[in-house]
Amino acid sequence: MTYAADVAALARKDLLLELRARETLPAMALFVLSALTVFHFALPATSSDLAAKGLLWVAIVFTALVGLQRAFVVEREHGVIDGLVLAPCDRSAIWLGKALAVLGFLAAVEVIALPAYSIFFSPVDGPTIAAVALADLGICAVGTFVAATAASSRTRELVLPLLFLPLVIPVVIGGVGASVAGGSARYLGFLALYDAVFAIICWASFEYVVTE
Amino acid sequence: MIRARGVGRRYGAKHVLRGVDLDLPAGGFLLVTGPNGSGKTTLLRMIAGLQIPTAGELEVAADRGRVGFLSHQPLLYPQLTAAENLDLYGRLYRVPERRERIGMLLERFGLWDARNERVAAYSRGMQQRLALCRALLHEPELLVLDEPYTALDAAGEELVDRELAERHATVVCATHDPGRVEHLATARLAFA
Amino acid sequence: MSLRNNRLAAWAALALGLSAAALALIFFVAPNDADQGFSQRIFYFHVPIALTAYGCFFVGAWKAFRHLWKGDPTADLESYVAIHQGVIFGVLTLATGSIWAKISWGHWWLWSEKQLTLFLVLFLFYSAYFMLRFSVDDGPQRANLSAVYALFGVVLIPISFLAIRLAQNYIHPVVFTRHGPAFHGTILWTFCVSLAAMLALAATLYRIELTGKRLDSRLRELRELLA
Repeated sequence: MTYAADVAALARKDLLLELRARETLPAMALFVLSALTVFHFALPATSSDLAAKGLLWVAIVFTALVGLQRAFVVEREHGVIDGLVLAPCDRSAIWLGKALAVLGFLAAVEVIALPAYSIFFSPVDGPTIAAVALADLGICAVGTFVAATAASSRTRELVLPLLFLPLVIPVVIGGVGASVAGGSARYLGFLALYDAVFAIICWASFEYVVTE
Repeated sequence: MIRARGVGRRYGAKHVLRGVDLDLPAGGFLLVTGPNGSGKTTLLRMIAGLQIPTAGELEVAADRGRVGFLSHQPLLYPQLTAAENLDLYGRLYRVPERRERIGMLLERFGLWDARNERVAAYSRGMQQRLALCRALLHEPELLVLDEPYTALDAAGEELVDRELAERHATVVCATHDPGRVEHLATARLAFA
Repeated sequence: MSLRNNRLAAWAALALGLSAAALALIFFVAPNDADQGFSQRIFYFHVPIALTAYGCFFVGAWKAFRHLWKGDPTADLESYVAIHQGVIFGVLTLATGSIWAKISWGHWWLWSEKQLTLFLVLFLFYSAYFMLRFSVDDGPQRANLSAVYALFGVVLIPISFLAIRLAQNYIHPVVFTRHGPAFHGTILWTFCVSLAAMLALAATLYRIELTGKRLDSRLRELRELLA
């Protein structure tokens, strides 16, 4: 019971900070629109609809990356991470609270991105939306974890994409497969598997990322 | 309350702390002195539970939720107000009657009027006072203070003096101004 | 110290012996493949190297687990060295796989080769391991982060494999059928000896590098003490 309360308090804190600063969300939204524009110019005339669908997923992954770059910045810059680590709450609550906040940001940006994509390219169908929802969970779980890891590094902005992208390749495969191939259930099932597996190991090992 | 035997901490080949022994009973006051870079902060962080020794044994008989730590940095979110910061910590530390306790501490440290201002707008001295509120919020059994008098004006310093004199908790205090708390100390540790 | 030297010498001798045997078998004893002729022999290098790489990554993850769970003081360095070996063998896997693809089908890279693609993903992942490790200062935190990441890698292997298999459905690769050699007789023997040789080689290199790194860290400690 208190675990949920801790997670809620932490997630609420991040949402409140973003509401005040209004830095990350507008940047992510602008980024995704810019990316979609770039993709238009990256697709020659004879490209299929399917190629564009694939690029939607590229846009999502890199937009998430933009958001993740900011994820633990405040905690590291002002040492507040120490304050959170000292608290009696389970350390994994720090990860979960932050991941939920990042999920909120990503979902908010997708509310803009998916309609924009439908207008720029082709309509987004049911399986795609389901895939986006499932993929978001995995992206945020793994991304937040990796952001915390990168935050301890001297070259944090450089190292974050390097750590994030290989881990997120299966998500892209699952997402694109669900959007593009027939029989999307298989891909959606795979995304659910990815989410479950990685959420568990992130939850179990976050303790070691923030303690010395 | 605190027992250390041969405690050390190294980063790779570099030793920042070596062979520290101490015994501090509950209710005691340990005064830690020494120049910058001598390992005081590292020792305090280990006692608070932020770092684990790489050598020796360190036993601290207080759970995580019963330790109050004052660091070099205030450990506050600059874009949240004082009240919001304390509220967050109050929730995480499961402080009973959170709002009353926060109000009481803010008043005691003279920050009640500024409670709805963002910490970023605070002066360094006010931040230090707020950091003390944060450390005392959950009525800790063990207080670990790293340079508590930093940036404080005379009034602030008196507040800290009063807190330390009236306290029931065990205290570990590192300071560059040992004369101020000399009379309270029951044990001393001097770093070379 | 001398006992360790003896063991290292023993491993080196074993590796040398097995490698010599493997090379002899590969080039002189194993029969020519019906489809691909002489060039198919690279299979005897490519697959054992790949399996050895997997082995190294698993050892790295095991040592990482020991570091996190048991606080084993030597486990961090051992994990690092194992993963380093894994990446070396991984690069060799990519190289031999690429050569094989070129020889067999005229392309330097084939996305339809699931193993190859998986190794590419793992190569990227474990290269990032080194990026991470070199950008964090030495100490308990670096060891913790490295260990957690190594464990993530081992989880990523099966998940990525599953993903890549799924990806084949919509990537519509040009399917090159390759008849894997039927495993019997001399082919099986040659493969097994080659695999044993690769594993022994990896173990030898692992010990060499580990000894070297341990000496390095001892030297640094001594320098610190004298300073």
